[in-house]
Amino acid sequence: MDQVRDGLLYTKDHEWVAGDAAGRKVGITAYAVEQLGDITLVTLDVKPGDAVEAGKVFGTVESVKTLSDLYAPIGGTIVAVNAELDQRPELVNESCYDGAWMITIASDAAPEGLMDAAAYRAFLAQGAH
Amino acid sequence: MTVETPLRRTPLYEEHKRRGGRIVPFAGWELPVQFAGISEEHRAVRTAAGVFDASHMGELRLEGERAAEVVNHVITGDVGRVVDGQALYTCAVDERGMILDDLIVYRAGPTRFLVVVNASNVAKLSAHFAAHAAEKCEFEDVSADTALLALQGPRALEVLALLGRDGADCASLPSFHFRDAVIANTPVSVARTGYTGEDGVEIFCKWGDAAQLYARILDAGRDLGAVPAGLGARDTLRLEARLSLYGNDIDETTNPLEAGLSWIVKLDKPAFVGRDALLALKAKGLSRKLVGFQMVGRGIARHGYPIKGADGAVIGVVTSGGPSPTLGTNIGLGYVPVASAGVGSKIFVDCRGKDVEAVVAQTPFYKRAPRT
Repeated sequence: MDQVRDGLLYTKDHEWVAGDAAGRKVGITAYAVEQLGDITLVTLDVKPGDAVEAGKVFGTVESVKTLSDLYAPIGGTIVAVNAELDQRPELVNESCYDGAWMITIASDAAPEGLMDAAAYRAFLAQGAH
Repeated sequence: MTVETPLRRTPLYEEHKRRGGRIVPFAGWELPVQFAGISEEHRAVRTAAGVFDASHMGELRLEGERAAEVVNHVITGDVGRVVDGQALYTCAVDERGMILDDLIVYRAGPTRFLVVVNASNVAKLSAHFAAHAAEKCEFEDVSADTALLALQGPRALEVLALLGRDGADCASLPSFHFRDAVIANTPVSVARTGYTGEDGVEIFCKWGDAAQLYARILDAGRDLGAVPAGLGARDTLRLEARLSLYGNDIDETTNPLEAGLSWIVKLDKPAFVGRDALLALKAKGLSRKLVGFQMVGRGIARHGYPIKGADGAVIGVVTSGGPSPTLGTNIGLGYVPVASAGVGSKIFVDCRGKDVEAVVAQTPFYKRAPRT
């Protein structure tokens, strides 16, 4: 499977962002999922209405072996949280770019410092992770 | 200034790479943390078989008329209670009674012993045994020439039987016994031991023979469900079986009595290193105990997380923790005061700022069904 999906924006911490100012969905990339292995717990520490800052931790994702922080790729207001991940963390393994989106952020500001798919592919290829 | 020690590779390094193992640094070695996935490998070992590379472990040879005396002076167990061809799980403590390492002593003969120690402790234990062996018996660190493969799981012995010559006969080895054998045309020593809570064997061989033997075992076992397994599954398997991990559950700040290892301490045998300290600790009574717990609330305990009482005060620390693939729950081990150590006691694990309820549980978390 291609680890990178065209049309999304990416962070160096392996989160992806999709959508427009009204609602940008955020999740983690296939590369991140592959590194983590079987995901056993997703904890989202935010709820709709909360303000988030770019670069701040909004939750954690845990696999059998490790825990990783989730960083907000952009600042804004949380408009939705994927509650299904509470009960079905394995969805992240199955569908990281679709069913396992984690939060949706409304943000007027244009995303800054993110990579497009080509740049993220190059980033992975460099082994800069 | 930082001094970087280059990581070492076991003889299976290329085999691991070839089979898709994800290599990570561990105790100074480059070893696979996983192949197909930790949970999948874990289940394979519980239901069929898995093959682990344990070549990073250290092997120390002691030989001579006084070798038994030397070994017995260093360890807390009693080597006088084992016979030729039998192995003993035990530990070595310092003069304060604190654990230097947990180890297995193999009695090859009345004057010949092999001691297997943890990779992280080879230098320390080698120096320790060498010092006590001085002018009493021969001592040699044979780690660099000794590879170790662990074939574990309910079908491990069937796999072994497919390897030819002595493979099938090795199935009659009782638990914690070992013998020299030839399997897959390779001279080895087969021991009915392991670190998974499952039936199986550990196979010692020459460093140079390990790669082909490993490949032969996996090839022969494929149809029985044998898979390569990594450090990740090794850790989840041993945790379910409540086998201690040195550096996590036990170290030089813990003593065997509080770690639940009194069964490997024989205070009534002749003097040994740390005996006085352990007698004093026993007389004084334990202040804390290593217990198993199950998470009740939503959270995964990890090494180093604080354990709290109902009033929010820190009362202990998590030493190991994670999801249990077999139970489907989150489990862990940690030190708590004796008053909170009873099965059923309610405790809280501080999961990075969130206090999550847990309950002290019966261990081992997993015990395999007796053979029929």
